[in-house]
Amino acid sequence: MAAHRCGLSLVFILIFSSLACHSSCDSLENANEDTEEKQSVSDTPREVNSDGSIAAEDLNERRGRSTDAELDRRDGTRTSEALTPAAAARDEFQEELVIRPLHSGDIYASFQFRTLWDTDFLQEGQKVSHYRLFPKSLGQVLSKFSVRELHISFTQGFWRTMQWGQPFIPSPPGAELWVWFHDTVSDVDGNWKELTNVLSGIFCASLNFIDLTNTVQPSASFKPLGLGNATDHRFLRYATLPREIVCTENLTPWKKLLPCGSKAGLAVLLKSEKLFHSSFHSQAVHIRPVCQDEQCTSKAWELRQTLNVVFDLYTAGQGKKEWSLFKMFSRTLTEACPLATSSKVYVDITDNPEGELFELSPATPLLSQAVVLGDRRTYSVFDLTRAETFGQLRSLNLLLRWKGDGGEMLRPLLHAERYVAGFGLQTGEIHTVIYNNHPYRAFPVLLMDSVPWYLQLYIHTLTVTSKSRDNKPSYIHYQPAKDRHRPHLLEMLIQLPPHSMTEVTVQFERALLKWTEYTPDPNHGFYVGSSVVSALVPSMVAMNTNFTQDQPLFSSFVPVKEESSYFVRVYTEPLLVNLPTPDFSMPYNVICLTCTVVAVGYGSFYNLLTRTFQVDEPSLPLAKRLANLIRRIRGVPLLT
Amino acid sequence: MGLLSDPNRRKALTGLLTRLNTPICIVCYLAGIVWFMGLAFEPFTLRTYMSENAMGSTMVEERFSSGERALSLAKEFDPPSACCGLNGMPVEWLVKAMQSRGLEVFTQSFSRKLPFPDENKERYMVRGTNVYGILRAPRAPRTEALVITAPCSPGNTNNQAVALLLALAQYFRNQIYWAKDIIFLVNEHDLIGTQAWLEGYHHTNITGMEYSPLQGRAGSIQAALSLELSSDVITSLDLVLEGLNGQLPNLDLANLFYAFCQKLGVLCTIQGKLQRNDWDTAEGYTHAAQTMMLMVLKQACGRSWGDHGLFLRYHIEAASVRGINSFRHYKTDATTIGRLLEGMVRKLNNLLERLHQSYFFYLLPSLSRFVSIGYYMPAFGLLAVILLLRALDLWVHLGAPALAAVDGVTEPSSPGVLTVLTPVVISHLTGVALYLLPVHLQEMAVEHFPVSETEAVVLTAIAIYTAGLALPHNTQRLLSGEGTEQGWKVLKLTALLYLAVLLGCTALINFSLGFILAVTLVPITASITPHMPKALYAVVMVLLSPAFTILYCVFIYQELIEAPVSVSEGWMLFLSVISQGILDHALYGSLVYPLLALFIYPCWLMFWNILFWN
Repeated sequence: MAAHRCGLSLVFILIFSSLACHSSCDSLENANEDTEEKQSVSDTPREVNSDGSIAAEDLNERRGRSTDAELDRRDGTRTSEALTPAAAARDEFQEELVIRPLHSGDIYASFQFRTLWDTDFLQEGQKVSHYRLFPKSLGQVLSKFSVRELHISFTQGFWRTMQWGQPFIPSPPGAELWVWFHDTVSDVDGNWKELTNVLSGIFCASLNFIDLTNTVQPSASFKPLGLGNATDHRFLRYATLPREIVCTENLTPWKKLLPCGSKAGLAVLLKSEKLFHSSFHSQAVHIRPVCQDEQCTSKAWELRQTLNVVFDLYTAGQGKKEWSLFKMFSRTLTEACPLATSSKVYVDITDNPEGELFELSPATPLLSQAVVLGDRRTYSVFDLTRAETFGQLRSLNLLLRWKGDGGEMLRPLLHAERYVAGFGLQTGEIHTVIYNNHPYRAFPVLLMDSVPWYLQLYIHTLTVTSKSRDNKPSYIHYQPAKDRHRPHLLEMLIQLPPHSMTEVTVQFERALLKWTEYTPDPNHGFYVGSSVVSALVPSMVAMNTNFTQDQPLFSSFVPVKEESSYFVRVYTEPLLVNLPTPDFSMPYNVICLTCTVVAVGYGSFYNLLTRTFQVDEPSLPLAKRLANLIRRIRGVPLLT
Repeated sequence: MGLLSDPNRRKALTGLLTRLNTPICIVCYLAGIVWFMGLAFEPFTLRTYMSENAMGSTMVEERFSSGERALSLAKEFDPPSACCGLNGMPVEWLVKAMQSRGLEVFTQSFSRKLPFPDENKERYMVRGTNVYGILRAPRAPRTEALVITAPCSPGNTNNQAVALLLALAQYFRNQIYWAKDIIFLVNEHDLIGTQAWLEGYHHTNITGMEYSPLQGRAGSIQAALSLELSSDVITSLDLVLEGLNGQLPNLDLANLFYAFCQKLGVLCTIQGKLQRNDWDTAEGYTHAAQTMMLMVLKQACGRSWGDHGLFLRYHIEAASVRGINSFRHYKTDATTIGRLLEGMVRKLNNLLERLHQSYFFYLLPSLSRFVSIGYYMPAFGLLAVILLLRALDLWVHLGAPALAAVDGVTEPSSPGVLTVLTPVVISHLTGVALYLLPVHLQEMAVEHFPVSETEAVVLTAIAIYTAGLALPHNTQRLLSGEGTEQGWKVLKLTALLYLAVLLGCTALINFSLGFILAVTLVPITASITPHMPKALYAVVMVLLSPAFTILYCVFIYQELIEAPVSVSEGWMLFLSVISQGILDHALYGSLVYPLLALFIYPCWLMFWNILFWN
């Protein structure tokens, strides 16, 4: 049960096959063995094949913690690798699609494409010019800017946690970019600036609008997910562009990074006319270093491209609770990508073990179980590399047909929202409300807020209240803004009492900008990016103490550590704040002109009112003045 | 300014102004009135036009077709569940109806104890629930929202509007083009419910309302429409714009409504008056003038004339659309009204910025014509300049003691501060009493007199108002002895400047109120001196006092809405207007009552003081 010891994973997807364990996790297991307690984020993948064999394969996604042991190992690796010539490149590509029917009748489809690149260009003297599956454009960017880890997401829409539950990969509305640079970089800000401009070109997005005024260096909220022990947040840069609109122009370059493009495999489903006819669309690219084998003797780069989309019951589904691949994407699957070592479609059938809730066709004998986001889920698996998956018609068109009502969804354990209170254009108050819906467990969350400088926060008004009592954060990291240079950064570790609502409020004043600093549409308002709530949430599985039906009794008395909590990141909605805006129009000019006239008029009136007037004596002729001079000397009265 | 710095020419100019002061003032007053009346004359007004680009050229296609369904829904809503009967709003029914249409539904309960019972609406302890459903725009991050509200209050059958709201929600939910979330709000107890919801949404508490916090929000609200359909048969739609404290929504909202009425062939009115095309006839002009006067009167009273009025405080452009059954042959069906709303909401959905392009200060003689601030302000300016001219006149007289010395009359060089300060302070204390006492003394009054609480409040207010007439000049004499000639001049100078500032500020915020007060206050305040026949002028002053101005406005308003009243009915209306004014202040924060009680009335008392100066 090596799998029990595997750390790091938050969102993972199970692959049951007897494929060699090539993921980073398996190799990390050994490294982490003795430091299990230090793993603050952990989860256990469990995979039960229909024939009873157990295999583990962890595709960890979200966040990882490296440990001291791991660092030692890595250092060892570096020396040993320098001695032995690198083996033949073992690049590989995997693709998968998870379909989750949601209680609201909507449907959630999540694509993941994972490319492994067996090289380590961060080592000195190693020039990389050979690319097989890994996109060259990104590889060059990584090596030029000494990037250790790169995460970029483009999202259109807002993930509705209360209706849809937790997403596999959370992302804030708009664009989000966070990058860990290698610790040899001397000019991080310069690299960051150049990197954003290059990425802007690669993804056809306005990432070039990222500058120092919206970049922060979070101290605790964003840790590296891959190998490495970087904890010095000087090498981290985080920025969001809440206003970024995502459309086909961003999708096309994203698809071009795939080895098969959109020609074969799962990517044929990615047709923009359907993807953008949805309630939520999010595409992301995550690059990080991972271990190549169990001993972690060599490193590899992992490129993970994800695309999440939620189709709406009413607008995309015409109100009928009936979904098929064709209805969602207007395509069906006919083949796997020939370059892929694994290509699978998963359908979440947890709520539907006996098929009473919905009907899934074609049926598949392959089942997979996994603990995803703290909940034990069951999936039907369709392996696209097998010919029988496609049946007689040589095409796979999954069909989900509801039989009855979806029923109530369990409330998500962690949920956050945010709004601006107050009215008028002078002051306001940002309220962040975090809900802990767990019936009896309290847990800490890390709240990160990055507020642009033109909202001048009154940090002394910061209050945190839970259950109408003051809740003192155990850790506060606050970096005040500098006008026109950097935003506010506020990070807090807050303990959420069980079954409670915690409200964080802070007042702000709206700055009056210089007239050239207004956007072309100033009356639209100014955006404040989402706040980020990161937490280890006690899992549903641990909550359920009555799960003896599928587990031996001896294993279930004390909740297993890995299962007891899972890592979640929740993004709140961005805010739209109106700043005092001059009316940039003809009347505005008239007012300016009138004010000038009034100022001139006032000046002269003031002059007039404060001065006393006297009639001037006409000046004396020269002769008289001379005479007076003489008279003054003589002491005789002067002439007038 | 060379003109004024030259002492000789300055002397000539001031001489001219003092010599011709009275004629100039009379001319200004008449010119001001004529200018104002001329505003309704069509050639002097501008045609309305859509300023906002996002709403202009992109005409949307309306496809709403479930008007019949809305009507049947209204019937379902009506008799068994008794929506707007005595049982209150059927909250559960509404929640289910909204949920089945795919909205996120939330409720908010609120309660409010009125300072004294509201006899017009028969309520004292108000307890209710607002139900609202949010249509989440696909692929929008919850930053912007539009609101459609339908009040559902006891005694006012608005179930047609609620049903239409639900039908619209159902139709809107199936569309993909929304860029802003749409909030469908059904509020109980009309304005109180709206106020509770708005305060909850913005997490403020300015009126002491008790409400449960809102669970769902949708970012900053860009615009709101309130829908009131009281009858099954609608012949025309009326647009109501006047909001709290005389605030008006952006003119583009009115233009939008008018554009869609034209497009769909719906009869539309403003102030309940149809538009006429014969501007060159006397009837045509009178009609326009009446429409404009109605708007001025409604704006001046500073109350919210529909649910929309409370939104304006939060910088949300809002208007009420009211269905009217005036028993014409021409009828508008529910589908057409639905399409009209669909079109308006879709265009608002297209907005890239808040409505800001068009005017915020305007008067409407008809829906297609408007008078902008630049045209109506001179009418007020002409009245206000009279006060300044009189003040200048007094200043010149006070500044020329040399003339008095020539006559051999020796006067004290300057009157003590006390002589001016005493009447000012006493008048204002009376004003404070008028503001505070009516509501606070109601229990005592009810104990000692056989009146209801509401009557007690109103009658206390009138009693204090009348008592104020007796107070100031007597107390002033006690404190500082005999008044001097210069004393009243200084007091009048102060009072004139004070009144000019007060009216000027009022007119900037609420032109109508400022103008109406100026029309009645300026003539008497400009001409008052202690040397006039006291009895006659006392009567004139009382007849032109702020309270009588309200009384005249009540009569004129009734005349204009073609429901003339007798004197006794008018008096009852007057009393209810006063109680409503006090209630509006307590419930929604209307500022007309404090303005009149704390500033205008004390200012008027200062002039009253001058009349009895000796």
